[in-house]
Amino acid sequence: MRALAIEQLDVDLGGRPVLRGVRLHLDAGELVGLLGPNGAGKTTLLRAILALIRPRGGRVLVEGRPSRPGRSAIGYVPQRHEFTWDFPISVEQVVLSGRTGRVGLLRRPGVADWRAVGEALDRVQLAALRRRPVGELSGGQRQRVLVARALALAPRILLLDEPFTGLDMPTQELLGDLFASLAAEGRAVLMTTHDLVAAMESCTRLVLLNRTVVADGRPEELQDVEVWMRTFGVSETSPLLKLVRAV
Amino acid sequence: MSITDFFTDLLNPDLAFLPKALAMAVMSSVVCGVVGCYVVLRGMAFIGDAVAHAVFPGIAVAFVFQGSLVLGGAVAGVATALLIAIFSQNRRVKEDSLIGVFLVAAFALGIVIISQAPGYAGSLQQFLFGAITGIPDRDLYLVGGTGLVILGLVLALHKEFVAVCLDREMSRSMGLPVFWLDIVLYVLVTLAVVISLQTIGNILVLALLITPAAAARLLTDRLGVMMLLAPAIGGGSALIGLYLSWSYDLPVGGTIVLVATAVFLASWLWAPRHGLFTKRWRAVRADERSEGAVPKREVAVGGGAQ
Repeated sequence: MRALAIEQLDVDLGGRPVLRGVRLHLDAGELVGLLGPNGAGKTTLLRAILALIRPRGGRVLVEGRPSRPGRSAIGYVPQRHEFTWDFPISVEQVVLSGRTGRVGLLRRPGVADWRAVGEALDRVQLAALRRRPVGELSGGQRQRVLVARALALAPRILLLDEPFTGLDMPTQELLGDLFASLAAEGRAVLMTTHDLVAAMESCTRLVLLNRTVVADGRPEELQDVEVWMRTFGVSETSPLLKLVRAV
Repeated sequence: MSITDFFTDLLNPDLAFLPKALAMAVMSSVVCGVVGCYVVLRGMAFIGDAVAHAVFPGIAVAFVFQGSLVLGGAVAGVATALLIAIFSQNRRVKEDSLIGVFLVAAFALGIVIISQAPGYAGSLQQFLFGAITGIPDRDLYLVGGTGLVILGLVLALHKEFVAVCLDREMSRSMGLPVFWLDIVLYVLVTLAVVISLQTIGNILVLALLITPAAAARLLTDRLGVMMLLAPAIGGGSALIGLYLSWSYDLPVGGTIVLVATAVFLASWLWAPRHGLFTKRWRAVRADERSEGAVPKREVAVGGGAQ
């Protein structure tokens, strides 16, 4: 059974078509990079997978069942600017907040919840900073906090929205290694990114998206510049294509 | 007047309104302090302002029909809060514009209604600026009971409120009912505002909601501590404010707000980590230390990379 199967997905936002006929599947152990220009529908696709928007047509199956918020085994790591970083809260409390839905209304987090928090922090190597206020963290550390928050639910599928944006190269490399090892441990990982080099380097498979899936394959299979031109709407002289040939 | 005289007056049966006013002021400040933490952290101060204005027509109706002011205000405030919450789900008109529309409309409605009551000028002033006399016992119990309900709901829904404050999208993906949590929070803000109206007044009530919580935010980086400090600052300001107001014959609402503002300014200047002077002083100390022993180049580079 596929970890994630998207079948003929059509999504409209505000009456306008954003995604059409999207077909995509993910298996455990894969790290898939979702590439496309701004407005291609990358974040919309992630939100549709999370069932935060109702598709016009098609369906999203998570481990064979339709996706539902709070019920599916999906960990979500939104873009860093979605999070209120000036909130007076410690790293471990943020990671614990990832389990709010699981703990349930009118209940307090118990031993199992704190154990999950500890394991998630260990996994992203932030255990030493667990009592630090999140506002004092660097960009790379913040990204790892958000990953730990998603891991606190022990998800089998991980969705990452532009985890590399605004980070320097060494930090990107560290995160890329982390995502690769999270996938290697048997999770299915899907991440959107604008960072071609990092994606080519760490992903097992790349999906080029512009309203629909233009191309889908291992990085070395996507040497044909024509699909890149079509996805990003650039001409043959674009520096982007030089980058594709070089990597 | 000395503190002792103030306490003597509090126990004087001829001045029975005074302990009642103190109880009202302290209870409402404590509740506002707790709820205000969410308001400050979510940056929804403007919503607090809107609600404070929105309760006015309800109070006016209650005044005209001789009903409970607290109840009238609560109904009008909650209705407006719901309207704002529902309308703000449509992102085409921004929330602040919506609030601008509703708060002025509600206040205008209140003015029109109360102008129909004979001798409204005096009562108008009481609504706007607060008063310590003429609090019925019934309101005292209503405020106490409402305050306990508010604090109970905050305790019950705290982790959900925090999750939504931190990250709405993630909260939705966890299956939290984000819309309903917003509504509950708006209603709690409204109720906190309504129970504070009697002593503080309509115009100044926003200060009870924002100022103690903002001061507490400057004093700590821990949410739990902030939510204890804010009501302490609010309650303390109410006590000291009422004492000053009684001693020097000053308007009670204004005096309480000025005391809270003084606490805020002091926190801004001298807070342990984020205070203006504290930062300067620490910078000076750091300079003195580094002048004493010039570190080797390698050490300096290593330190910079930490």
